[in-house]
Amino acid sequence: MSDLGDLYQQTILDHNRNPRNFRTVPGANRAAEGNNPLCGDRISLQVRVDGDVIREIGFQGSGCAISKASASLMTGAVQGKTTAEAESLFRAIHDMLAGGPDAPADPTSLGKLAAFAGVRSFPARVKCANLSWHTLHAALQHRAEPVTTESPSD
Amino acid sequence: MLDTAKLRPDFPILARREHGHRLVYLDNAATTQKPRPVLDAVLDYYRTINANVHRGAYGLAVAATEAYEDARKTVARFVNAWAPEAVVFTRGTTESINLVAGSWGRANVRPGDTVVVTAMDHHSNLVPWQLLCQEKGATLRMVEITADGRIDLADFAAALERRPKLVAFPYVSNSLGTVNPAAQLARLAHAAGAVVVVDGAQSTPHLRVDVQSLDCDFYALSGHKMLAPMGSGALVAKPALLEAMPPYHGGGEMIERVWDDHSTWNRIPHKFEGGTPNVEAAVGLAAAIVYLDRLGMDRVAEHEQALARTAIERLEQIEGVTVYGPKDHRAGVVPFTYGDIHPHDLATILDRDGICIRAGHHCTQPLMRRLGVPATARASFYVYNDVDDIDALVVAVRKAGELFGVVPA
Repeated sequence: MSDLGDLYQQTILDHNRNPRNFRTVPGANRAAEGNNPLCGDRISLQVRVDGDVIREIGFQGSGCAISKASASLMTGAVQGKTTAEAESLFRAIHDMLAGGPDAPADPTSLGKLAAFAGVRSFPARVKCANLSWHTLHAALQHRAEPVTTESPSD
Repeated sequence: MLDTAKLRPDFPILARREHGHRLVYLDNAATTQKPRPVLDAVLDYYRTINANVHRGAYGLAVAATEAYEDARKTVARFVNAWAPEAVVFTRGTTESINLVAGSWGRANVRPGDTVVVTAMDHHSNLVPWQLLCQEKGATLRMVEITADGRIDLADFAAALERRPKLVAFPYVSNSLGTVNPAAQLARLAHAAGAVVVVDGAQSTPHLRVDVQSLDCDFYALSGHKMLAPMGSGALVAKPALLEAMPPYHGGGEMIERVWDDHSTWNRIPHKFEGGTPNVEAAVGLAAAIVYLDRLGMDRVAEHEQALARTAIERLEQIEGVTVYGPKDHRAGVVPFTYGDIHPHDLATILDRDGICIRAGHHCTQPLMRRLGVPATARASFYVYNDVDDIDALVVAVRKAGELFGVVPA
């Protein structure tokens, strides 16, 4: 059985209370909206990509601690990375949360993002943790329609 | 107060352990647990008298039909309906309201007409009227609520000046717990010439309901919120209105004679019960009513109100907790927020202590906008809950505050 402390790690509580990059991005050339209507989690993501490098990224919105901390830590993790590196991080996080082939053998290789490894034991909250990542994926893919990580069975 | 120590063994699910804790089920406004007599009634129906109703020429089918029609009489008695045929069995409140919108509404609402709803209506007493108004080119007028979570009577009166065709409101709010002055609202709406639809999803399980003294025209209820099976429920309506209404679903059972190109309709209530009905649900609902009647609805109401008062008092002692809804005239529904902790995080933390609460918008998004919150946490009580459950709730809420280092909002 998993403990609450596995879910609400200090890193997550800190980023929930003080989200980083919680702002709009001047001159953004990528953007996407994430929305989990049943939950009420909403994220609006803006990115300025220069060549293939993510120069600046910011988010706004509201939601639970997991979704907010996830968005905050994601922006920190991908800033300065190439879009290809960000996409491969997206797959690693997605598979770590959902259980998939691209899950890192050792979550600590993800640095601070390893804080989300415990979410897997709380199936109802996986959609909160991956909303920001799916929103980033949509922004980098130039997808216009809002993203959701809620399935019809929620 | 009810003797919960005696009642709880009737509910097998309450023996379940959740994360090593006893199950503290406080999501009764969403659905209630089922006592043995209801479970037994459903099983006994299939074990002893199952057959298709209203058509068999054999004894078993007659027994099944009697059980189904007896269940209708039981529901009629429970809410003091005008007659047994005033009770149309449905899948629940949502289908009941859609029946009214789809049948009475489509036959009577015209372009330019007004339909009135309130800002505290559940989506199921709002969206069917949105659909109807969009189809008919009618206007939907939403009545505002007061700061303490009641229907704003001045705005209600203003809305009635439009001479609406129909006025819909909840007897008890699922999000706030407010018990609305339903008889008074119905009287005012009738005086303005409107037909009155009461959403009884949250009142039927918790108060003594008398549709004749309310004098509403349509009253919708759900069985699963009052100890009965999922998919049980009814529309209770004035028989003269039902007589005049066109059918809702076409199919078997609802017809009298069928020709190549047209049909004539069965008597009410069968006109509205096309297809093989959910007999198991009706039988289960009747068993739930017998159970509640044995407890006494006045005592059920008193029990829940006492629990709600205690829960509100105890929660408000925690710095940073805000409880929503009026101070009095409320049922056993306690919506709250705690500082800047998101209600979903609260629900996850409480779940680890075996406590089930609802977190979210409770299918009342227009109301949440007016409260200025994206979501609330909601504890709601029923006959098997007691003060121990409130103790567990309060301990777990405080624990959440410690974990998050809560900052009062």
